[in-house]
Amino acid sequence: MTETKKEETISAELLAQFPFLDGQVKIQRARRLWLETPADQFDAVFERLVDGFGFRILCAITGLDEGENFAFIYHLAKEDGTVAGLKVKILKTNSKWKSVGAKFPGGIIYEREIADLLGVQFEGLPPGPRYPLPDGWPEGQYPLRKDWQPADGTEERKSGQ
Amino acid sequence: MSRIKIPIGPQHPALKEPVNFQLALEGEKIYEAGMRLGYNHRGIEKACEQRTYIQDVYLVERVCGICSHSHSTAFVQAVEEIAGLQIPPRASYIRTLIGELERIHSHLLWLGVAGHEVGFDTLLMYTWRDREIVMDLLADITGNRVNYGINTIGGVRRDVSAGQIADIGKGIDALEERTKYYIQVATEEATLIARLSKVGYLSNADALRLGAVGPTGRASAVDRDVRRDDPYAAYADLDFKVIVDNHCDVYGRTLVRVGELMQTYGMVRQLLKQMPEGPITIKAARKIPSGEAFSRYEAPRGEDVHYVRANGSEKPERVKIRAPTLANLSSVTKMMEDNYLADVPIIIAAIDPCFSCTDRALVLKDSGKDGDRAMEWGALRKYGIEWHQKRGLDFSAANKRLAKLMEAH
Repeated sequence: MTETKKEETISAELLAQFPFLDGQVKIQRARRLWLETPADQFDAVFERLVDGFGFRILCAITGLDEGENFAFIYHLAKEDGTVAGLKVKILKTNSKWKSVGAKFPGGIIYEREIADLLGVQFEGLPPGPRYPLPDGWPEGQYPLRKDWQPADGTEERKSGQ
Repeated sequence: MSRIKIPIGPQHPALKEPVNFQLALEGEKIYEAGMRLGYNHRGIEKACEQRTYIQDVYLVERVCGICSHSHSTAFVQAVEEIAGLQIPPRASYIRTLIGELERIHSHLLWLGVAGHEVGFDTLLMYTWRDREIVMDLLADITGNRVNYGINTIGGVRRDVSAGQIADIGKGIDALEERTKYYIQVATEEATLIARLSKVGYLSNADALRLGAVGPTGRASAVDRDVRRDDPYAAYADLDFKVIVDNHCDVYGRTLVRVGELMQTYGMVRQLLKQMPEGPITIKAARKIPSGEAFSRYEAPRGEDVHYVRANGSEKPERVKIRAPTLANLSSVTKMMEDNYLADVPIIIAAIDPCFSCTDRALVLKDSGKDGDRAMEWGALRKYGIEWHQKRGLDFSAANKRLAKLMEAH
């Protein structure tokens, strides 16, 4: 398939440098690439994608609750329209992950969102106001976690707050 | 000179939507700006997980009241990709057509707001009058002025008739004439140029570093447009130019938007001329097979992205939305630095911010009797006074003094 030639080149070069990615790179269609990296190799793969292949646009960071793990997908795009979805998983019991704010200052707000909604601490995230939950939001309530259910408001109605 | 910190927002006459900026001033100049977002958080991403795909199409359409079609298209594109659905060509042309008509109404709306923010209200009156042409066209095609409800998974819900195609053609001709006049205003009107130039400067390097998107980025020479770089819907069939400018200020952002309007008229004409015949939808199953997709859409304010993960059921596992304003807000605090306080309204307006998009996700507190969701004005006022009293802001003594003064007169 010539349609996905560029994506195949990227995939082959990645595998040559990072053999542990074998079976973890998926070409979905032209301009769409997905890959998953072990957490301890994240920095190297992230740097190779951004500085090596030119995926210099951070479109978004998706945070996912996958039961035992939290997963993050860095949606990185190139000027030619190719988007790589770089996935990484961490254990829920150790909900700490690193910030990419130094490289992508625009990404800080995306990390704050994941921190607020999933309850993940991003190391290296500069101090600043929370986003997007209100200041009086109760501690330990993370709405995007799968086991989180919104309260029906009965208690608040009764107490008239 | 002494330094002072002032808050602007979340409720402020200069803001159209809630956001809070903390500005550190030295005299009239801003030397540092910070912001707090989230006042429009409605929990839409979580709500998407609890609803079916079809319900979600209508929910995500309500992420925004201006670029509603952008969100529904980005969402259905992702779902269609997971389900492996190839929508009929006519459906993809109709989606593109509505998308470009939406861009016209959004850019004309912006031009009016920008005029208003700098005291040029004639421009507001003119552009908003002209904008009614495209609003009427959209209402005629879809049944609504905003929240068109035209997208569905597998195509579009309404066809465009030959009569409507003729009407759109006439409307576009009229709008093009008016836009030529606005371009003349933007490039020749000395007071407008002087008012907008060098205001809200964002260098190309900062725009790239902070990830500015859409007209905000393109006015700082960031040559990116998803319609060209990562074509979706019918954009691969269209001939158009991406408008890029290197003024890097509010003036540049104005030029980019009026320039884009002219490109859009050309694109609408091509769409009308080349519109293929055939069906407008293919049947989609209620259950979407497991998988994931990432969809990009060039909304009027910039790149809008949706990520959808399906788990084989009729409800998505995860829906992630990143609206263009969120990508542009980091740049706003940069744009404010070294500018005058009086320029703040136009600097904010110049990114064409949309906070309901940005925050998406509402905490509605019920008050009063059981089951009574509405709050009486008196109750709301009392609640507000008590809320502030709890936090140390008590105006009861001042109110008493005022009442005494009133009595004395």
